[in-house]
Amino acid sequence: MKKKFLGLAAAGAMLLTLAGCAGGGTSAGSSEGPKPVDQLVVGFSQVGSESGWRTANTTDIQAAFKDAGIELKFSDAQQKQENQIKAIRSYIQQGVDVIAFSPVVETGWDAVLNEAKAANIPVVLTDRAVDSADDSLYESFLGSDFVEEGKKAGQWVLDEYKDSTEPVKIIQLEGTTGAAPAIDRAEGFADAIKGDDKFEVVASQTGDFTRAGGKQVTEALLKSNPDANLIYAHNDDMALGAIEAIEAAGLKPGVDIKIVSVDAVKDGMQALADGKINYIVECSPLLGKQLVDIVEQINDGKTPEKRIITEETTFTKDQAAEALPTRQY
Amino acid sequence: MNALLLRTVSSRLFWPIVMLLVLVLINVIAFPDFLTVTVKDGHLFGSIIDILRNGAPTLIIAVGMTLVIATRGIDLSVGAVAAISGAVACSILLGSSDPGNPGTVAVAVIVALVISLVLGVWNGFLVSVIGIQPIIATLILMTAGRGVAMLITEGQILTVNSAPFKELGSGFWLGIPVAVVIGAVIFAVAALLTRRTALGMLIESVGINPEASRQAGVRARVLLFTVYAFCALSAGIAGLILTANQTAADANNTGLFIELDAILAVVIGGTSLAGGRYSLAGTLVGALVIQTLVTTVYTVGIPPIVTMVFKAAVVTAVCLLQSPTTNAAFAQLRQRLAARTARVKEAAAS
Repeated sequence: MKKKFLGLAAAGAMLLTLAGCAGGGTSAGSSEGPKPVDQLVVGFSQVGSESGWRTANTTDIQAAFKDAGIELKFSDAQQKQENQIKAIRSYIQQGVDVIAFSPVVETGWDAVLNEAKAANIPVVLTDRAVDSADDSLYESFLGSDFVEEGKKAGQWVLDEYKDSTEPVKIIQLEGTTGAAPAIDRAEGFADAIKGDDKFEVVASQTGDFTRAGGKQVTEALLKSNPDANLIYAHNDDMALGAIEAIEAAGLKPGVDIKIVSVDAVKDGMQALADGKINYIVECSPLLGKQLVDIVEQINDGKTPEKRIITEETTFTKDQAAEALPTRQY
Repeated sequence: MNALLLRTVSSRLFWPIVMLLVLVLINVIAFPDFLTVTVKDGHLFGSIIDILRNGAPTLIIAVGMTLVIATRGIDLSVGAVAAISGAVACSILLGSSDPGNPGTVAVAVIVALVISLVLGVWNGFLVSVIGIQPIIATLILMTAGRGVAMLITEGQILTVNSAPFKELGSGFWLGIPVAVVIGAVIFAVAALLTRRTALGMLIESVGINPEASRQAGVRARVLLFTVYAFCALSAGIAGLILTANQTAADANNTGLFIELDAILAVVIGGTSLAGGRYSLAGTLVGALVIQTLVTTVYTVGIPPIVTMVFKAAVVTAVCLLQSPTTNAAFAQLRQRLAARTARVKEAAAS
C-alpha cells in the first residue's frame, strides 16, 4: 500500500515537472483564437501496437504532425484503459491544445472526458468510438465506417454476378464474434445483397480475424458446401487462410471460388495482384492527414464535423499491382 | 458377458469414446459425406483427415501436458512457447538469402526447438529448484512469452515463402499429412518411453507424493526438469506446425488458448489434475474430441454467437458422465429400479 502511494506521488511529481516544461500549464484551447501552427501541442494516446495495421496507423499520425510542424506528444496505452486515462490526465495537466485518442474500450470515459471539457481542451476520437450518452464530450470522431465497407464488398458481388442467372452460394468468414467491425461488415454486406434472391449466404462462421481461423473454417465449410462460388472474408488475414484451404482442396482461389475481403494489408494486396483474391475494400489506418486538418480547424475556431469518415478506396487486381510498391503496411 | 460390459462401461475411456462417436454421428447426419476419404493429387483428402491434421498440434502439446500433470504440475506457457518457436523459425527463414533451401529450414527448425527446450528447462528450474507452484511459475512465461514473440516479429505478421517449411504444416508423407505423422511419432515415443520403462511409474509416484518418492530414492528434481523440458519441446514442435500451416508467424494468435485445449484434452482423457495416474490413450481421445467438436460447429452450422455455449455444454456432459459421483448415482438409480421391479413382481405374484 505504502509502495503504491509512493509510486503515485512520484508520478504526480513527474506530471508537475512536465507541466512546467509545457510553459507553466497555461490552459489553451479554442477560446483564445488561432495560435500559430508551430506553437500548437497535440497529445495523442494510441491503443497499442498489436498489429501491422496499428503500427502503420501510429507511423502515419506521427509523420503527418511532423510535416505540419505541430508538436505531437505520443503515448502507447499497451491495450490498457488505465494507461490511457493516465495519459489523457497528463495531457490535461500539461495544457495541450487538442487531445486525440483511440479508445481501448468503448465505455468508462465520461469522468476523464469531463475533466478535459472543464479544462477547455477539445478531444478528437480516432479509429474507435466511445459509448457515452453525452456527445458534447468530444469534438469529432474520425474513423472508418465498417457498415459502408461491408456495403462496398456487397456492391462488388452484385456487379460481378449481374449477368448470371444461376444462384450464387456465399461463404462468409466473420471476424471475432461481438467485435464492431465483424458485426458491421456482416450487416453492410447483407444489406447490399438482400435485394436479389440469387445470392445466398450458405454458411457463416467466425475465423477470429486470423489466418489459422480462416483456413480451418474454410477447410470444413468447403467440404460441407462443395458448390460454394464465393467467399466474403471480414479481413485479409482470413482470406489468406481461405486461399490455402481452397488450394489444398485442389481448386483455384480467385477462379473456382472467388474471394472478396476487407483491409488491404500488404500480403492481401499481393494475393490480389496474383489473382488469388478478386477484390479488396480498403480499411485505411492512414488517417494522420485528416487528423491534422481537424486540429487546424479547431485552432481556427471552426467546428469540425462530428463524424468524419476515413478516406478509403477499393482495389481490383490491376489497382493492387499498381499500389503494391508504395504500400506502407 | 455382463462382466465384460460392466468393465467397458466403468473404463475411464468409455464416456470420452462414446462422446467422440456421438459427435461423429452428428456430423454424418448433417453432412453424409463426412466419413468419405478420397485420394486427391496423390494424398488423402476428407473431413476426417482435416480433423487429424488440425488436431495434431493440440495432441502433441497435450502429450507433454499429460506428463506434467501426472507430476501434479501444470504448464500454462505452452501457447507462448509455440508462438516463440514459430516466430524464431520464421525470422531465421526471412533473414536468410534462400528460405527455400532445406538446409536453411533445418537450421531454423533446430534453433526454434532448442530455444523451446531452454524455455522448458527454465520452467523446470522455477518449479523444481526454486519451488514455485507450477501454475505461477509457468504463468510468468505465459504472459511474458507472447511479448518475447512480439519482439522477435517486431509486431508484424511474418509471412514466409518456403516450400520445405510449409510441408511441416500442410505437406503429405506417403499420402498422410506430415503433421499427423509427427503427432503419431511423438505419441508413440512418449508412450514407449514411459510405459515400456519404469519412467512412467516414477513420474506417477512424484505426482502422488513427491516427498515419499524422494525418500524412496526417486530423483524427483531431474524428473521435473525432464517433463517440463519435454512439454516445452512438444509446444515448440506444435508451434512450428501451426506456423507452417498458415505460412506466417503471428505472435498474437499462434497457439492462443492452446494451453486450455491441451489441459482439457488431458482432463477429458481421464487424467486427474491432482497428479498421479495418467492415460496417454485418454489424452489422444480427448484431443480428438476437441478437434471434432470444432469441426462439428462448422459442419452443422452452429451460429458463432452460441458456439462457446455449445462447446461448454459438450465438455460439461463429458466431465459429468466421467465423474465418480455421477457414476455412483447411476449405480444407485439402477439398484433402486431393480428393487422396485422386484417389489412389483412380488406384489403381482401374491
